Amino acid sequence: MKRFLSAAAFFAGLLVIWEVLVRLKIWSPVLVPSPFTVSEYLLGAVRDGSLAAAAWVTIKRLVLGYTFGIVVGLPIGLLTARFKVWQDTLGLLALGLQTLPSVCWVPLALIWFGQTETAMFFVVVMGTLWSMIIATDNGVRNIPPIYARAARTMGSKGLHTWIKVMLPASLPFIVGGMKQGWAFAWRSLMAAEIYVTILSGFGLGHLLHYGRELNAMEQVIGVMFVIVVIGLLADKIMFSPWERFLHHRWGTQGK
Amino acid sequence: MTVQTELTNAAPSKLSISAITKRFRARGTEVHALDRVSLEIAEGEFVCLLGPSGCGKSTLLNIAAGLDSADEGEIFSDGKKIDGPGRDRMVMFQESALFPWLDVIDNVMFGLKLKPGLTNPERREVAHFYLKLVGLDKFLHANIHELSGGMKQRVALARALAPNPRVLLMDEPFAALDALTREQLYGDLQRIQQQRQKTIVFVTHNVREAVCLGDRVVLFSPHPGRIQEQFRITLPRPRDINSVDLAEHATEITKALKGYIKPEAEVAE
Repeated sequence: MKRFLSAAAFFAGLLVIWEVLVRLKIWSPVLVPSPFTVSEYLLGAVRDGSLAAAAWVTIKRLVLGYTFGIVVGLPIGLLTARFKVWQDTLGLLALGLQTLPSVCWVPLALIWFGQTETAMFFVVVMGTLWSMIIATDNGVRNIPPIYARAARTMGSKGLHTWIKVMLPASLPFIVGGMKQGWAFAWRSLMAAEIYVTILSGFGLGHLLHYGRELNAMEQVIGVMFVIVVIGLLADKIMFSPWERFLHHRWGTQGK
Repeated sequence: MTVQTELTNAAPSKLSISAITKRFRARGTEVHALDRVSLEIAEGEFVCLLGPSGCGKSTLLNIAAGLDSADEGEIFSDGKKIDGPGRDRMVMFQESALFPWLDVIDNVMFGLKLKPGLTNPERREVAHFYLKLVGLDKFLHANIHELSGGMKQRVALARALAPNPRVLLMDEPFAALDALTREQLYGDLQRIQQQRQKTIVFVTHNVREAVCLGDRVVLFSPHPGRIQEQFRITLPRPRDINSVDLAEHATEITKALKGYIKPEAEVAE
């Protein structure tokens, strides 16, 4: 409760300072509209459904590409950790491409796939896949060898060892990789949506972009706010339970 | 198979170690870890392999476990050649090697789940039995990181006993524990050995520990690893590590041990 109160007081303070600065005309209301104007926009956008529709389009793209990236990246990461040939080929490629900011895939995606959903999907996958491969690979390499030895003495071998020992043992790294993949995917999708208009769906990025074109700063700030909230919610809903479980079981510092 | 037959002691097996030789290459130089080591271990016998570090006693244990292979020589368990890990020989390591992603009972169940012929409730019952045997039946669902070092080794012991092996291979399992905890575990291990009657091979560099636990103490010397001398310990059980009789035996063995360790200068050459 005390923590909640201090957080609430902090954000309320921020809003008050913002409002005061706008009222005193230190910030131009054209460039920075007051918190009330922004919330008016948000209320309106919620009422006419444009916000929910845009959020839905964006989240759908994100979840689709992200899931694909995880499902493909995890087994590849296991393979690069296990086999030298995979490490020297796909492993090296992943390491290289992971350093490439995933926004850089946008121009290529446009040329290859045009202004389509496929282009969006491609960009999100590129944001997720490589960091997932690297994280899984790294996780497996950090497992104390004694776990596999102990498992062998109890009759575990081959696929059983991989599923029952190596995979759970590298879980802390894998969850870290999933989180990073999520962050990369989210950033690159926003960049792609702002950068190109795709007629099959208006995402949050487009809404932001049109806010700028119409010089409607309350829309720009409002959409930014929504993007932050979605990011926070994703973290709390998708990753926090995993991290709590890991901290609880492994006894690592949670707070 | 029922829980009852599962909990009946499997007959301990006889180990025949025959002329084992093992060399390692480390940083360009060859280490001669074991040099034609032969040893007969009877059914249900508790044998301690004693020696300074580098004498190959752990290597020998790993070969018996099937985790390593020998360059020359063979080990037979009841006449059957060992060529890999097997459920008839369970291992306890110096570090507990418990899996942090499983709770206590699931760690003990790990090996049991790989054993065919049992239903999961039966496996749970078996695991519960062994956790009770090591005195941890109140901690079934504790996380591994919540346990003390001694409790971890108790879980590791229960995990090793659970698949009902015929041989128990122990690699300095108590070396990282404090003296008080260790003494408790000496008592427990002797009690459990009397109940479960396993053939036990126990690696240690602690002379008193070897005398306290072993029916026989086998003395190793390093560079290359060889068996130098064997001592049969006939002290009545349960033995107390602080007893005078035990200390006398230990002194005798320590004297012998010192005679076989070459001064460092000679070794370094």
